[in-house]
Amino acid sequence: MEIKVCGPGCANCTKAENIVKDAVTDAGIDAKILKVTDFAEMAKLGILSTPAIVINGKIVCVGKVPSKSEVLAWIK
Amino acid sequence: MKEIQNINCSCSDSSDLPEKATIKRSAGLSYKIVLTAAAFGLWFIIYRQLEPLAGFLTFTLFSIQRGSHLGEAVHFFLYDTPKVLMLLSLVIFGVGILRTFFTPERTRRILAGKRESVGNVLAAFLGIVTPFCSCSAVPLFIGFVTAGVPLGVTLSFLIAAPMVNEIALVLLYGLLGWKIAGLYLVTGLLVAIAAGWVIGRLGMEKHIEDWVREMRTNADDLQDNTPTWNERLQAGKTAVVDIVGRVWIYVIMGIAVGAGIHGYVPEGFMASIMGKGAWWSVPAAVVIGIPMYSNAAGIVPVIHALLGKGAALGTVLAFMMSVIALSLPEMVILRKVLKPTLIVVFVTVVGSGILLVGYLFNVII
Repeated sequence: MEIKVCGPGCANCTKAENIVKDAVTDAGIDAKILKVTDFAEMAKLGILSTPAIVINGKIVCVGKVPSKSEVLAWIK
Repeated sequence: MKEIQNINCSCSDSSDLPEKATIKRSAGLSYKIVLTAAAFGLWFIIYRQLEPLAGFLTFTLFSIQRGSHLGEAVHFFLYDTPKVLMLLSLVIFGVGILRTFFTPERTRRILAGKRESVGNVLAAFLGIVTPFCSCSAVPLFIGFVTAGVPLGVTLSFLIAAPMVNEIALVLLYGLLGWKIAGLYLVTGLLVAIAAGWVIGRLGMEKHIEDWVREMRTNADDLQDNTPTWNERLQAGKTAVVDIVGRVWIYVIMGIAVGAGIHGYVPEGFMASIMGKGAWWSVPAAVVIGIPMYSNAAGIVPVIHALLGKGAALGTVLAFMMSVIALSLPEMVILRKVLKPTLIVVFVTVVGSGILLVGYLFNVII
């Protein structure tokens, strides 16, 4: 599984990244977490607002920091 | 700059209430509505008691003499701080719910097919209600422009979004009354509409960075999931906790400074520097405001105090708009997608709009 966390690096984006990492550890799954800070790449993914989370190429969350339970539901 | 962005960043953050949220969800919507109604009732009762309470604390409990400088300053502080914070909570709750009806994706869809003039007007209004965080300005800009939203329309959106925000409006209403809040709302929208329209007329598209213009984005593969009312109420609550939790300190500092000026600076002191008579004060206010960067929460109480001491309304509004709408960090962010010429045009056009607003109010009021 490939999880992309998109955001230019403001506090909320860092928070989102940490929550995703946390959730992946909790779920005990094998996932590659990538941080996307490049605006061009975000635009190609179709993201308008950050933080955004893309799992296996599918956008699951835009413009908000998700809760851990939400992330767990997406990666299951 | 990280810190700065964070102050003004309105990204919703639901991460702080994960476990509680799941319990609440099962508690049901009717329970939540009753709770919300009860909170409104309580809010109203407390709000009505604020003025007598501040008077009691200042003049009876602390026994400071009525009419003295200290008394005025303390009373002002004790009354205005809870008043403004309560108003802020109420409005942010409402706006938090309103924003669940809009997403940047939906806004883009609305704007994509619009002609320019209509588009500018719509974009400015949507700028108020679309939830979006200042750190998202660049992806949003790219997403809009590549999906066929005209440059000028996109800029109308990006100007209105920070300038006409609920925090600024509540503070203006709470401290200066509905007329000035209304004036700010209307003129803020007009500046955003006009500036975006003018830049559209100037045909500046070639001054967008090349890599953005060459880009093709896929706009349609995003599905909207409509939130339930339960989630909308939750979003309102999250917004209050998040935003009030972040700006309360600026509100208190701003009001404290305001209280100091209120009590101690002589009446009419600002009249010579920021009064109507000084023609150069409006451009000076705009120019000084550009490098300054503050959120609305910090600046409005100071403005309140300046107005009370004889500064002209137009000058003060121009200063406020310039501080909020034009800022160096924002220019640095936009520079990633706009060439320097367009940045200069952007600042000039928006600055001129603000200048006009300033002179207009100084003349008519």
